Amino acid sequence: MTRAIFGRGIGSAAAPIPNTDMSAALASLSMPSPVLTASGCAASGRELDQFFDITKIGAIVTKSVMLRPRSGRPTPRMCETPSGMLNSIGLQGPGIEEFIEVDLAWLEARGARTVVSIAGESVDEYGKLAQKLRSAGGVDAIEVNISCPNVTDRNQVFACDPEMAANVIQTVRRQSDSQTPIFAKLSPDVTDIAEIARSVVRAGVDGLTVINTALGMVIDLETMRPALAGVTGGLSGPAIRPIALRCVWQIRQALPDIPILGVGGIRTGLDALQFILAGANAVSVGTMTFNDPSAPMRVHNELALALQERGFGSVSEAISYGHRGADVFETAGEGEIELE
Amino acid sequence: MPVQVRGEVLDVRRAGVYYVLSITAPGIPEQFRPGHFVTIGIGGEESGLILRRAFAIHQVQSRGVYGGTLDVVVGVQGKGTRWLSGRRRHDTLDIVGPLGKPFILPKEGVPCVLVGGGYGSAPLFMLAEQLRERGCRVDVVLGASTEEKLYGVLDIKRVSSMLTITTEDGSSGTKGRVTDVLPDIMERNNSAVVYACGPMGMLAAVAAIAAEYRAYSQCSVEESMACGIGICMTCVLPVIGDDGITRMVRSCIEGPIFRGDLVRWDEIGTIPADALGAPALDMS
Ligand SMILES: Cc1cc2nc3c(=O)[nH]c(=O)nc-3n(C[C@H](O)[C@H](O)[C@H](O)COP(=O)(O)OP(=O)(O)OC[C@H]3O[C@@H](n4cnc5c(N)ncnc54)[C@H](O)[C@@H]3O)c2cc1C
Ligand SMILES: Cc1cc2nc3c(=O)[nH]c(=O)nc-3n(C[C@H](O)[C@H](O)[C@H](O)COP(=O)(O)O)c2cc1C
Ligand code: FES
Repeated sequence: MTRAIFGRGIGSAAAPIPNTDMSAALASLSMPSPVLTASGCAASGRELDQFFDITKIGAIVTKSVMLRPRSGRPTPRMCETPSGMLNSIGLQGPGIEEFIEVDLAWLEARGARTVVSIAGESVDEYGKLAQKLRSAGGVDAIEVNISCPNVTDRNQVFACDPEMAANVIQTVRRQSDSQTPIFAKLSPDVTDIAEIARSVVRAGVDGLTVINTALGMVIDLETMRPALAGVTGGLSGPAIRPIALRCVWQIRQALPDIPILGVGGIRTGLDALQFILAGANAVSVGTMTFNDPSAPMRVHNELALALQERGFGSVSEAISYGHRGADVFETAGEGEIELE
Repeated sequence: MPVQVRGEVLDVRRAGVYYVLSITAPGIPEQFRPGHFVTIGIGGEESGLILRRAFAIHQVQSRGVYGGTLDVVVGVQGKGTRWLSGRRRHDTLDIVGPLGKPFILPKEGVPCVLVGGGYGSAPLFMLAEQLRERGCRVDVVLGASTEEKLYGVLDIKRVSSMLTITTEDGSSGTKGRVTDVLPDIMERNNSAVVYACGPMGMLAAVAAIAAEYRAYSQCSVEESMACGIGICMTCVLPVIGDDGITRMVRSCIEGPIFRGDLVRWDEIGTIPADALGAPALDMS
């Protein structure tokens, strides 16, 4: 099987293999690598398996699935922006039943670790999704995409309200196998992301995915109308990396022990290392997989080298290393630090 | 299966308003079939233009001093295509391909007509050659707004039974559009299959004419693509499936070639109300 012949820089096949211990963990999910795909940027892994061996990375995080089949939004659904892109896909997908039968079954047969991302329009829908996954095989963790409007409450986005976010997490926790780790995926479009983080942690979440896209917009100067059919869209890619990194840092400051999956604009192993130093236990590579279909594997290889070059023998030694000496952890009472 | 390779630019030549890039791309020509496309990374490893651009594969050579090479025809549109037009011999490019589903060829030597709008003629050259090898009559219609935007008139003439040119300003061939001359050609030659590549409006009109003449049509569509490999869901359009159900399908992996009678041309850019998973009609 021909895999990517094109390897960039230090991630290329010719580079010596560093002996860094790359094993990683997100709550009870153990992985041979701290690099995962990001929801909506890897479909269900099958297409990417043509470019690299998907069992070699941490896990495939699947496209957020809803209860029923969904057509998504009209096109244009994307627009390139400086060092990033806007998307407004509208969660197109086959619905949970076909997803379990086709996609999850394939991932399990392939031997890939799988984080299933779920999305709902009401607390009830999240609960039903969790129930369906309970009896399905091959679910290594659930990521709860709460950046969705709640149709039963004035279309308020769950992720932007600590109480609504906590309700979703409580329900998913109750309906899921107690052995399955549950992650809440947070939105950067909030005033105080640490407050939302604390709220979902209290509701029983096992870890946090930080961050989803940031809401943005572009106007097409030819039509002089919004460039996306959905008017606004989610901004992703290197353009949001500093925001994502700041969110990871703030949450790590507030919650020293919660597992964090860092996401946002990661392009290289050095980018991934920044997230780990800021407190991420693992990272997801999203949009940059569109730019380089072997990006998750390349980032893994580059990260191994970057860690070794800095004298780290393992990923775990580097986690939160950027916070050292700030002695904030010593003064932390019950993981409750107010910043500033 | 698509591969990702580092290609070397062997040559960049001007052709009317277009730039033709010849690139080494080991592994791609060997798998190529007419209708396949490649995506090319723009601006190098640190580039702020993060999305790859899609181009139909125009020509391939699987042997020779450079191993496998391929040609793409680039029309300058915006930043990405402008950057590509500025590449020089020995520059390297990040190429992924072959991508998409290719054109389907008839088993027997039936009369075919190939319609290309602007750079849309690019994937038709090798298609024409392969159809000729199967004993098909190959009529070609190339159209553009003006002569400079026609691509490859002299070369495609060699592989076509008859070539017809249209330009909207009359600077070359018949003044008008490809669809003005297509019915006549189909009528005269009893065309059984129509192959088309060009702007969406042209494809819709060609598909309608093909349907009228009860010919089988295959159209290569051009939707904005973020990934080109099926992982992002940006490139969808409404297509009727074998089961009669309309789905929003990914044009990068289920296309870019679609049967003209199965694409809901008028509803591109919308979600048809009867599409699978369409939002329930708001009754309030
Ligand atoms: C399957 C396929 C085959 C194609 N074959 C050719 C070819 O042989 N020759 C050729 O010149 N062009 C071809 N195109 C169109 C080409 O991809 C676009 O012209 C190009 O992406 C524009 O990029 P830009 O940076 O110059 O323009 P910009 O407007 O700056 O592009 C911004 C973004 O929009 C996307 N985009 C803009 N216009 C188009 C378009 N028409 N189609 C798809 N995406 C677009 C770009 O990919 C980019 O992500 C093809 C497109 C597809 C989908
Ligand atoms: C095209 C596209 C689709 C996405 N779909 C989802 C989704 O279904 N669920 C989700 O939780 N996040 C989704 N995301 C967000 C990503 O998972 C990720 O959080 C975000 O893009 C930031 O990371 P990145 O810059 O590495 O892409 C999507 C992003 C993109 C670009
Ligand atoms: S371009 Fe990404 S799915 Fe088609």
